[in-house]
Amino acid sequence: MDLQTLTYLFVGGTFALYIGIAIWARASTTGEFYVAGKGVHPIANGMATAADWMSAASFISMAGLIAFKGYDASVYLMGWTGGYVLLAMLLAPYLRKFGKFTVPEFIGERYYSQTARVVAVICLIVASITYVIGQMKGVGVAFGRFLEVDFEVGVLVGMSIVFIYAVLGGMKGITYTQIAQYCVLIFAYTIPAIFISLTLTGNPVPQLGLGSELADGSGYMLAKLDTVMMELGFKAYTVQKGTSLNMVLLTLSLMIGTAGLPHVIIRFFTVPKVRDARASAGWALVFIAILYTTAPAVGSMARLNMINTVNGVDSQGTAYTDLPSWFKRWENTGLLAWYDHNGDGKVQHAAGSAFKGKPKFVANEDGSAKRGGYEERVVSNPSDGGRKEGAPFANEIYVDRDIMVLANPEIADLPFWVIALVAAGGLAAALSTAAGLLLAISSAISHDLLKGILRPDISEKQELLAGRIAMAGAIIVAGYLGMNPPGFAAQVVALAFGLAASSIFPALMMGIFYKKMNNTGAVAGMLAGLGSTLIYIFIYKGWFFIPETNNLANTADNWVMGIQPESFGAVGALINFVVAIIVSKVTAAPPEHIQHLVEDIRVPKGAGAASGH
Amino acid sequence: MSGSAGDYWKANIRLVSILLAIWFVVSYLFGIILVDVLNQIQIGGVGLGFWFAQQGSIFTFLILIFVYAKKMNALDRKFNVHED
Repeated sequence: MDLQTLTYLFVGGTFALYIGIAIWARASTTGEFYVAGKGVHPIANGMATAADWMSAASFISMAGLIAFKGYDASVYLMGWTGGYVLLAMLLAPYLRKFGKFTVPEFIGERYYSQTARVVAVICLIVASITYVIGQMKGVGVAFGRFLEVDFEVGVLVGMSIVFIYAVLGGMKGITYTQIAQYCVLIFAYTIPAIFISLTLTGNPVPQLGLGSELADGSGYMLAKLDTVMMELGFKAYTVQKGTSLNMVLLTLSLMIGTAGLPHVIIRFFTVPKVRDARASAGWALVFIAILYTTAPAVGSMARLNMINTVNGVDSQGTAYTDLPSWFKRWENTGLLAWYDHNGDGKVQHAAGSAFKGKPKFVANEDGSAKRGGYEERVVSNPSDGGRKEGAPFANEIYVDRDIMVLANPEIADLPFWVIALVAAGGLAAALSTAAGLLLAISSAISHDLLKGILRPDISEKQELLAGRIAMAGAIIVAGYLGMNPPGFAAQVVALAFGLAASSIFPALMMGIFYKKMNNTGAVAGMLAGLGSTLIYIFIYKGWFFIPETNNLANTADNWVMGIQPESFGAVGALINFVVAIIVSKVTAAPPEHIQHLVEDIRVPKGAGAASGH
Repeated sequence: MSGSAGDYWKANIRLVSILLAIWFVVSYLFGIILVDVLNQIQIGGVGLGFWFAQQGSIFTFLILIFVYAKKMNALDRKFNVHED
């Protein structure tokens, strides 16, 4: 069977499975729609949380990030896992004990303030919408690459699938599809990794392969990679390139941001008991760690594989016409590009840029790609072709980071069904995260804004209908934005994590651990944390991400103490804590019943009816 | 009850502080601040600091959460605040 048919079969099969689950797991009450009736087993919730959390970025981009940044990419590995320790110990069990449906609901009741609830809703919606745009884009891209359908059609198909199971089943439908999606994505990620580790090092466990000797007898894998990279003029793979302060702050921002992301937190509302919430966070990290500890092996091995394939056995480059077919296939998608700077017909890879920025491909009048003398795609913006200091020759190729996972099975010459599985896995990762985010958005609208503030008198049936309408609306908005991404789409991750870290996490944590925190303090803290983080990001990335409006160029020399905008969330969180505590000290203490509420959520006893006493 | 609830909370804070100290040490200290020092030690073909940054810290996080869950469940019973 050819690759195209196999891919359609795998993707179609998984989609049929998701729809089947949707029909089986329909929601009939608001409790089922928002929190799956609080009846999800902790291990099942752990698996669903892992799929909820691991997005298109984790699946497709992270290994590429590691491949290109080497040691410095450790901040993502630690930051996106260490947050679960904070979530498990500081938030999840207590919020589960509180026993309500949404994150803004906790903030509103704990701080006895509709203002606080509205601020939380706004933070949640901005963080989640920006995040979901990336997922919708991921769906479109995966469809385009693997099934050769138009980007828009891909987004539409993805939207329809999410529509079916999220609108019908709410959290209940999403939970069980996420479990299925986790299984698909983890197989799709680990199977190519096992093959590659086995081929390169003879060790089938990628986590061990990372520290193993190469099968060809040329020494340890990482040592070899360091040597090869330095010979090509790169810095060694395993050494640190950024400053320690920035790495510490970026890791901390990602950890706090992870713990404060509402779509992850609400997953812990679905388990039956407080002690299940504790264990479930552990299980979530088990399932996440399977992918996250595999990624460093995939990244380093893919890098070594790629250099060896491109530069050839004599390390002098490979004739374009002799390159394996994957190179041309990915060149056609625009993720790879070649310009023959030295005119020898060979492709060479070294440090330095082969193009001015991203390659611009030239098209013929009929819209097809213009081809050069070797049938390569013609690019209009080559660099001056200078050799970078320390490099043996000029770099001639552009490699998009995402290729490291997407093309890995082809680079390692794996069977077609593995490639088809990777396509289904990438889609599963994007769809599962999109669904979780959409639920967080729709519950904030129907439960917090509509039922909580605007129309408290609506019946449960009406609220359930409103939830479904809000979900449908959110899907349409997300799909539209995925097809017409605003200019800032690439910056959104920084924004989502910055918002969650600087506003939501501190408000939740102080709500539990600092009984005397009052409404004015919490609102002032959230606004100060949020404001300072936004300002720092906007100064370097442009006001509201409008290009050319940034006050300072976004380069390391301009950053305050070398802190990049993505790292500022941790500082914003600190500002939030300090401002909130100072303001709460000089304003009236929270009323008696709120202090009792805090005492009550601190003990697991009576979790079934947490808000009843 | 308030005395025992207070003690339960203190025991909880003590446990979380110890676990978060370990969380800090394996990631920030071993993985970033002391990475060059620890890289002098090689396990297999990986420097110890690099290993903590890309693998060891994640494995430690896992252990920390399960230890937390187990100890907290025990504390719940000891102070009689567990769920039925």
